[in-house]
Amino acid sequence: MVLAALNLAEGVQIVSFGLLGLIMLVGALGVVLLSNIVYSAFLLALVFISISGLYILLNAGFVAAAQVLIYVGAVNVLILFGIMLVNKDEDFVAVKNSWVSKVATGAVCAGLFGLLTTMVVSHPWEISGLPAAGDKAIEVIGQHFFSDYLLPFELASVLLLIALVGAIILARREYVPDTAIPTEEALTLPEKPRELVAAGSRDDSL
Amino acid sequence: MQLEYFLILAAALFCIGIYGLVSSRNVIRVLMSIELMLNAVNLNLMGFSNYLDPVNIRGQVFSVFVITIAAAESAVGLAIVLSIYRNRDTVDMEQFNLLKW
Repeated sequence: MVLAALNLAEGVQIVSFGLLGLIMLVGALGVVLLSNIVYSAFLLALVFISISGLYILLNAGFVAAAQVLIYVGAVNVLILFGIMLVNKDEDFVAVKNSWVSKVATGAVCAGLFGLLTTMVVSHPWEISGLPAAGDKAIEVIGQHFFSDYLLPFELASVLLLIALVGAIILARREYVPDTAIPTEEALTLPEKPRELVAAGSRDDSL
Repeated sequence: MQLEYFLILAAALFCIGIYGLVSSRNVIRVLMSIELMLNAVNLNLMGFSNYLDPVNIRGQVFSVFVITIAAAESAVGLAIVLSIYRNRDTVDMEQFNLLKW
């Protein structure tokens, strides 16, 4: 019974790994090869979500949630905004002998993939038999962040601040008004002229 | 489930990312290819973290750092793309030759 349950769990893992890997590879090929870039951006979200599923298969729920929040929620939305901001239907001028570079790049990528695969298969990995951290992973990550990875953690926050300021400065539109507004006019609020009412005016005849 | 499957999958994703980085002509697609490559590296790190170092999971810590850097990189990259687009009025990689002598 226990063995059957183990086999069932193993089978579910393998089937979901295959499905997620297939979705991820097909989505990545679509991102690279499709001609419409909006489709590419949405397929990129699909790739990110399937990678988050693979993280869950690897006993890492926290990083899977962070992946969905940051990549799908922030980076992909940013890329979609970028596509909308530079939305221009332009036909790229054909470069001479562009197929040579494509074939060469494909050959280099296939060769790199073959090299990496043979290295991965032939290397004797020292698989640890210890049980995985599982749901306690978030506590372990927090302890790492505030003990031995404290300096990179703080540097990452500084880097995020610098990237924020840099992105704003780079993308800002340099708008200088042609006619200078006079300061007196600029500093006064527009309001309609009031009728002056004399304070304390009472009829003296009473 | 073995470590090798995840590593081969990550290698395939990385190679697709390199192909897109070199061969695509739209700048935004180049940025997307960079994100694909960063995700492949993250997948590698998570595989190592789960199979080789399951007790003190340093790979997950590193992949959180990589996610942070990727978010910052994407923001700055899109800002640069916007500024170049305003100046040159194109998103074609072949026409960005500002630094070419």
